[in-house]
Amino acid sequence: MPGHNGRDLRLLQGNECCAEAAILAGCRFFAGYPITPSTEIAELLSEKLPQVGGKFIQMEDEIASMAAVIGASLTGAKSMTATSGPGFSLKQENIGFASFTEVPCVIVNVQRTGPSTGLPTAPAQADLMQARWGTHGDHPIVALYPSTVPEVFDLTIKAFNIAEQLRVPVILLMDEVVGHMREKVAIPHQSEIEIVSRPQPDVPPEEYLPYAAGPDGVPPMAPFGTGYRWHVTGLYHDETGFPTTAAPKVDRLMKRLYSKIESAADEITFTSDEFLDDADTVVVACGITARSARRSVRLAREKGIRAGMVQLKTIWPFPYDLVGDIAGRVDRIIVPEMNMGQLIGEVERAAKGRCEVVGYSRVDGEPIAPAEIVAKIEEV
Amino acid sequence: MAVPIDDYLRTQFMPHIWCPGCGHGIILGAVLRAIGRLDLPKDEVCIVSGIGCASRAPGYLDFNTVHTTHGRALAFATGIKIARPDLHVIVLTGDGDAAAIGGNHLIHAARRNVGLTTVMFNNSIYGMTNGQYSPMTPRGRYASTAPYGNVERNFDMCELVRAAGGNYVARATTAHARQLSNYVENAIQTPGFAFVEAVTQCPTYFGRRNKMGTPVDMIEWFRKNSINAAAAAKLDPADLDGKIIIGEFYRGDAPEYTEVYDEVIERAKEAAAR
Repeated sequence: MPGHNGRDLRLLQGNECCAEAAILAGCRFFAGYPITPSTEIAELLSEKLPQVGGKFIQMEDEIASMAAVIGASLTGAKSMTATSGPGFSLKQENIGFASFTEVPCVIVNVQRTGPSTGLPTAPAQADLMQARWGTHGDHPIVALYPSTVPEVFDLTIKAFNIAEQLRVPVILLMDEVVGHMREKVAIPHQSEIEIVSRPQPDVPPEEYLPYAAGPDGVPPMAPFGTGYRWHVTGLYHDETGFPTTAAPKVDRLMKRLYSKIESAADEITFTSDEFLDDADTVVVACGITARSARRSVRLAREKGIRAGMVQLKTIWPFPYDLVGDIAGRVDRIIVPEMNMGQLIGEVERAAKGRCEVVGYSRVDGEPIAPAEIVAKIEEV
Repeated sequence: MAVPIDDYLRTQFMPHIWCPGCGHGIILGAVLRAIGRLDLPKDEVCIVSGIGCASRAPGYLDFNTVHTTHGRALAFATGIKIARPDLHVIVLTGDGDAAAIGGNHLIHAARRNVGLTTVMFNNSIYGMTNGQYSPMTPRGRYASTAPYGNVERNFDMCELVRAAGGNYVARATTAHARQLSNYVENAIQTPGFAFVEAVTQCPTYFGRRNKMGTPVDMIEWFRKNSINAAAAAKLDPADLDGKIIIGEFYRGDAPEYTEVYDEVIERAKEAAAR
């Protein structure tokens, strides 16, 4: 139905919202494999993508899905897959390939309780580190983490834009609760949505160096089949794209892959906070736990406790400076998370001992309630 | 007809990494001559490979080329073909890549009948990792991980692809380069999934360990032990033990995946317009 400012007001599930946003972001290829709690994304895209001339395919496994997504992206199609923990593990080798060959793509991981088959399909937030370090070797990666259905919309659009801008796989980490929850979302008109597409070469094919980066560290990417014949390999390669074992070139490639993310860090770091100005206790959280954190600091304020909170919508690259600044101003940081303690390690790295860092883990397949965080705030 | 193939090669990267006497160059030549006879524009050809000796081929070829992860070439190629059905997508893969780690992708690419041409370089061994037995190593043959002779039976990949639904299936050896090239040409022209097995010699690992002699001896062995499919059909199966059956085994006309998907797009657009 038409809503405020001409926007389309919809009641959408997080997974549905992700699929709708993907199409508005320009996604025209999806390859996936059924896995709860992400399957609604594939189901909706199997219906919607061909309506806009896009392609959907259900592959024979998770590995093939990731491979097909990379293949489609090489032709210029904005491409995406969606999965959950076990499938995310299987995709990792090819995620590394996409990262190393700089092929833009979006990977949605609607997390469930692991390890292994785990607790299908209760929520958990235990894939933070897999999102960062799931594939072997050093590699750049970006991971975004919504806590509401409207944020799913916003961050799905951003995930595609960042993938294209930086030529990097972007992981959209979702909580099962967010994936399956229904909330009101105001869907903007296509013309209101900022769309970013990968940089294109401005030289003729004979002068094209597929891995020669501009000042932003991102090389222009010619789609396959447009006259720019180039080579893609998971071997170390130089600016020509062909394999090299020369130590200076190997070193230069790895450092550029890191620096292209670092130099864009400010643009791709998204956070939200409340009551930070005078807080002496700050809760740092992400995803569904950030919603409980928001509620918990409001409840604490009612009790006269000077509590504040920060929601990290960008998990990777981790906002070390931002969290470090907070650590320098407060007495303690509380890190509630639905895992055995993954986010807290990064918070401690950022805090560098400047404040007390206290964790709160819940790993029974249930979300963390605001009262639990209030109790932790009062306890310390 | 002699077809010049130098234009398809990135000669600046020669010499190639393959061992002296390796048959992969014969197969590559056969593939390039097929492309040449069909006069495919270089910009419209995409070559995809996995990992292994055969999979190094794309690096030497002046097309749109992708050297992917082990076993996954067909899955990458499926994404490319579906996103750009107008491209000629050719997968160059080895027996370890296609028959072992990538076997499931081969089955499903054939079942979907995606318009891909797959050339499997079958040297019956993992060459890149120094000669372990592969799913194509015959029983009793020696490999670095089969020091007492291979226990396992080898695959018949042509039967497998045909059963899975591919539209074109053929086999030749490096002793039959011209025939092989014709098969690749026919495969490229076939709408739907096409599979050509190219039996090739690995003198360094398979040949040496199995006392097969020189590379020329190995090719001569292929020639003597190959039997045409039509002739083989008249023989008792027991007489075919140890023989390489060559020929075109199947030509089908099942609808190609991307053409069928185009119909899906039409139906979806109609549904959306309603």
